[in-house]
Amino acid sequence: MAADKNMNVLIVDDYKTMLRIIRNLLKQIDFNNVEEATDGSDALAKLKAGNFGLVISDWNMVPMSGLELLQEVRQDARLKSLPFIMVTAESKTENVVAAKQAGVSNYIVKPFNAETLREKIEKVLAHA
Amino acid sequence: MLEPAQLPQRLAQLEARYPASDPGMVADVVRAVLGSMRGDLSANDTALLSEVEELAQTLAAARAEIAALQPDDINDSHIPSATDELDAIVAHTAVATDIILECCEKLDELGPTLTGAAGQTVQDVTTRIYEACSFQDITGQRITKVVATLKAIETKVAHIIGVFSRDQKGGLPVLAVEPMGPAAHAPASLMNGPQLPAAAMGQSDIDALLASFD
Repeated sequence: MAADKNMNVLIVDDYKTMLRIIRNLLKQIDFNNVEEATDGSDALAKLKAGNFGLVISDWNMVPMSGLELLQEVRQDARLKSLPFIMVTAESKTENVVAAKQAGVSNYIVKPFNAETLREKIEKVLAHA
Repeated sequence: MLEPAQLPQRLAQLEARYPASDPGMVADVVRAVLGSMRGDLSANDTALLSEVEELAQTLAAARAEIAALQPDDINDSHIPSATDELDAIVAHTAVATDIILECCEKLDELGPTLTGAAGQTVQDVTTRIYEACSFQDITGQRITKVVATLKAIETKVAHIIGVFSRDQKGGLPVLAVEPMGPAAHAPASLMNGPQLPAAAMGQSDIDALLASFD
């Protein structure tokens, strides 16, 4: 199934430059409806208030990390099935396992390229 | 402490204060005590005392050497200077990255106006630039780890200075040292930051690990 490129995508990172990079890369692969959040709690508020089809989140943020955001999302009745991609420099096995156990849809390690981003988004949305 | 030369005078004073006592008995007691002390101060005890004295001298020498090294400079000047320099690197590269991204975005706007393969070429090139600009995030996180290490060193140096700065009354230094080591920097959320390339898992390793759960 082809991804609905008009869906709202929430990107979460405490580093504004990274948000800008991901937004531009998403634009390159035709995802133009992108909103930004700067940490997990900001993202959770936006997710609860809005209608998003995909979350792309960093891990290493304060006060609420990407893992904590993922756990909150999976515990929320309305959001629990929301596709969630972790994009992070955390590349230890324990991180990947913890994210998987928390219900992550896919996991991209930084630095990454546009092709990896496109491939993971398509894979995740195909299983949504 | 009573010097040996003062002993006869002290004994005379005691005899005057306690005239009923037998000086011979006192002398016997003193002899017994001294004999006992000689017995206690065996060769081993003397060696131990000697070692304790050497240890005290070593500590005093170490204290003098550390003082000569001016360790306060490490915390007062060197480490703050190093962390400031690292912060400046992050700030400068962030500014440069934002300028690069801004230029890239302008090129992207031009893309649709170009004819033929030129438009696609511009998009391919800007995509590569966006990808490359993520270096700023990774280097920023690595520098943050280095700054954390410097701060840990700063704390350890403060601890050492505290230990070797005991006051003249011999009181123990008051230390406000944060616990250090991996446990202190490993919160429950598992935030480790980027790994060195040789030790890090690549995307294909992560894909394989995720697939193993299916």
